[in-house]
Amino acid sequence: MADLTTTFLGITSPNPFWLASAPPTDKEYNVRRAFDAGWGGVVWKTLGEAGPPVVNVNGPRYGVIHGPDRRVMGINNIELITDRPLEVNLEEITRVKRDYPDRAMIVSIMVPCDERSWKEILPRVADTGADGIELNFGCPHGMSERGMGSAVGQVPEYIEMVARWCKENYDKPVIVKLTPNITDIRYPARAARAGGADAVSLINTISSITSVNLDTFSPEPMIDGKGSHGGYCGPAVKPIALNMVAEIARDPETAGLPISGIGGVTTWRDAVEFMALGAGNVQVCTAAMTYGFKIVEDLIRGMSHWMDEKGYRSTADFIGRAVPNVTDWQYLNLNYVTKARIDQDACIKCGRCYAACEDTSHQAIWMHEGRVFEVNDAECVACNLCVDVCPVEACITMERLPAGTVDPRTGRIVSDDYANWTTHPNNPAARAAE
Amino acid sequence: MTSPLTPGIVPGRLPADRLTENFDDLHAPYDGHEAAVAADRCYFCHDAPCITACPTAIDIPLFIRQIASGQPEAAGHTILEQNILGGMCARVCPTETLCEEACVREAAEGAPVEIGRLQRHATDAVMARQVHPFTRAAPTGKRVAVVGAGPAGLACAHRLAMQGHDVVIHEARPKPGGLNEYGIAAYKSTDDFAAREVDWLLGIGGITIAYGSALGRDVTLEGLRDTHDAVFLGIGLGAVNALGAPGDDKDGVSDAVNFIAELRQASDLAALPVGRNVVVIGGGMTAVDAAVQSKLLGAENVTIAYRRGRDRMGASGFEQDLAASKGVRILTNVRPVAVHGNGAAAEIELEYTTDAGGTLTGTGETIRLAADQVFRAIGQALLPPEGLALDGRKIRVDGAGRTSLDRVWAGGDCTTGEDLTVVAVAEGRDAAEDIHKALMA
Ligand SMILES: Cc1cc2nc3c(=O)[nH]c(=O)nc-3n(C[C@H](O)[C@H](O)[C@H](O)COP(=O)(O)OP(=O)(O)OC[C@H]3O[C@@H](n4cnc5c(N)ncnc54)[C@H](O)[C@@H]3O)c2cc1C
Ligand SMILES: Cc1cc2nc3c(=O)[nH]c(=O)nc-3n(C[C@H](O)[C@H](O)[C@H](O)COP(=O)(O)O)c2cc1C
Ligand code: SF4
Repeated sequence: MADLTTTFLGITSPNPFWLASAPPTDKEYNVRRAFDAGWGGVVWKTLGEAGPPVVNVNGPRYGVIHGPDRRVMGINNIELITDRPLEVNLEEITRVKRDYPDRAMIVSIMVPCDERSWKEILPRVADTGADGIELNFGCPHGMSERGMGSAVGQVPEYIEMVARWCKENYDKPVIVKLTPNITDIRYPARAARAGGADAVSLINTISSITSVNLDTFSPEPMIDGKGSHGGYCGPAVKPIALNMVAEIARDPETAGLPISGIGGVTTWRDAVEFMALGAGNVQVCTAAMTYGFKIVEDLIRGMSHWMDEKGYRSTADFIGRAVPNVTDWQYLNLNYVTKARIDQDACIKCGRCYAACEDTSHQAIWMHEGRVFEVNDAECVACNLCVDVCPVEACITMERLPAGTVDPRTGRIVSDDYANWTTHPNNPAARAAE
Repeated sequence: MTSPLTPGIVPGRLPADRLTENFDDLHAPYDGHEAAVAADRCYFCHDAPCITACPTAIDIPLFIRQIASGQPEAAGHTILEQNILGGMCARVCPTETLCEEACVREAAEGAPVEIGRLQRHATDAVMARQVHPFTRAAPTGKRVAVVGAGPAGLACAHRLAMQGHDVVIHEARPKPGGLNEYGIAAYKSTDDFAAREVDWLLGIGGITIAYGSALGRDVTLEGLRDTHDAVFLGIGLGAVNALGAPGDDKDGVSDAVNFIAELRQASDLAALPVGRNVVVIGGGMTAVDAAVQSKLLGAENVTIAYRRGRDRMGASGFEQDLAASKGVRILTNVRPVAVHGNGAAAEIELEYTTDAGGTLTGTGETIRLAADQVFRAIGQALLPPEGLALDGRKIRVDGAGRTSLDRVWAGGDCTTGEDLTVVAVAEGRDAAEDIHKALMA
């Protein structure tokens, strides 16, 4: 079993699996049980300023998107930050950290956007002995209406300013948690770095309405006939999160900035993917809320087993390994020519590839007598749609045409030179450059 | 109180609660979640093979998708548009040789989408509402006589009524439904489903049924042709083939279809007599149904004796397994040579056979089985109405059900083709369309 010990910002935890700041980390009872179950660290549920705590709705706060058999694909929530008194949370954090010194304890914070508020809370958090803080600039509902959460995360100047206050008033690592509700994730990440933050974590939840009740015509979750947008998370958001992590990892201005990857991590494989794209560790919320703390066992065993198979001895061996392979469209090799191939022995004759290609792609699949499906290379543009819709794994594959052969679609000889759009004759910019 | 061990043909071999349990639904209906999960397995195939395999060509992927998207009742409409007895078919179709055999997931993993059960879920949803979902076209003033209120006749009558024609059904029996009412195994059509379905079907309006009115006895084909614009014959197979073995006339030897009809009509199964040692001669669906239901009534030993090999049995693999699971013994390559007994049957003598080389021959070796009750299930035959050309032993028709007589159509078991409920429905429906075309030309 490969050792999963991971050090992130100098904080060492027995594995790279942290629970994200959310209901699973809202109190001592939960966090103790999470640590007993094996989680490597937690980001405590976001704390607000001292005084009367925030108030949550008293009706439903979650909406859901189900896949087959009611599998939870995505959850949307309208919960606010912790609704328990600051003092209680701080005492609990102190006790838990004292009892679990080998686990990472990060405290998430969200207070109003003025220096006094941050100066007030930071020393109190420091007193708990926690390993670091995470600035919640991501919550897209409720708190954002009060000028906090994503209202800060959407303005790079505010991110930089608050990060700087924190670095000046707190001497352990500062993580900035980013909101995905923004056009280009690189700007807030750059701002975090400029403000001196030690790392970014992402993504927080995505503004969303999960469904509409067609009897009452109200969005779900519905509170007395009305609904407001919530934050979306879970397996459905993973592709969005992966891209944002990769964008930051490969941006020259933020290269090397540590990233804690969040968003839909459910299996060990998801976690490895985030880390391959540059995340130093991952945080998990929905998977724990769906399956309970025990899910970490699959994460631990799965990642270890995979590392053993691949011969990796430490998570550092694979963190960031996929980053160099993320590029811009314009640099993709246009001489990489493939064609779809249907394995007739594996084919179960459902015809989905045919319907997809015939109706919505390039009319490149023949349906012969006896439901035999075959690719017509003269039309196949290699879009991959047939592969995606085929219900049988590996039945349809993409095969590369070897250099020197003729692509029957274009009539051109396949070259093994690398050639991309920047040099393509159809590119006006390329011509201008000549 | 009798028991399975009581000799002779006696009632009450099992307590009432066991009987209730034994004759309960063969496949319990899905609940909503089960249906959603089952529906989700459908791949929505292009030009789906299951549609081709269904004799009524129900748009199966579409109705399953409608279940998946939360509208079982709309799914039911999609089914009933093609097959007005879609509810019964969902219960009785040998799906393992029809739609589900063609399902690509059967090919892929040996586990097809459970189309039959999904069809039941959808059609039950429609029938639960108790409103007839179809309406009639403007009256055409045409009158059509239908003979037989079985699946073929009902499907034909319904489609004709929908097209605006008026229909009179002449039915020899006191109840409608044909073999749905008198033949199908009890555990396939529970809670009086056959009768409820006919009631619901007649909700279209424009159909009257004359019960106890038999063609050849109470009405003639000539008479019906004279007084109607068209005639449809859906008379099924009235006669039963004889064993042709000595002892065929002994007490305790009877037709399986009659036993089944009695069972289907019994108000109290505990009052229905059955033998201790039952032997059913035949290899089709009727043989299996008679054997299984004898066992479920409490017979101690039930044997199906079939003259050829298992692969030649008319009953599907599923039906054979069902029989085996209920404790019925299937003996193949044997044929009856005599029923022994002093007045009443006591033993049956069977001769082993071989059909090597294509012809069935006895080997000379025989075996005797205890048999106080013997059922003949070796096929039903047509009692052909006069004046119609035949094709073998059935009424000759063209693709749309036209017989050799002008303005007379026929469909269902009385014509050539597979003897299945769903085939009868398809033929009745298609004949109605052809009649409509002819009448409106
Ligand atoms: C025991 C048994 C079990 C079966 N199980 C199945 C099964 O599980 N699944 C399946 O798909 N199929 C099954 N079948 C076959 C199926 O029942 C028939 O294929 C189907 O009922 C044929 O329909 P039909 O309308 O042609 O004939 P029938 O159902 O036989 O209906 C004919 C109707 O015409 C009436 N009639 C007959 N003669 C006259 C006359 N002279 N005048 C007036 N009315 C008349 C009859 O009373 C009857 O109501 C089974 C058959 C039997 C015998
Ligand atoms: C009910 C709920 C409450 C949350 N509350 C917070 C919070 O207080 N602070 C915070 O930074 N993120 C909060 N989040 C966001 C999660 O920490 C996490 O970023 C997001 O759910 C994506 O991860 P996941 O796909 O693993 O769930 C919350 C999420 C949920 C579902
Ligand atoms: S890769 Fe695209 S174009 Fe080629 S056969 Fe498949 S669906 Fe058609």
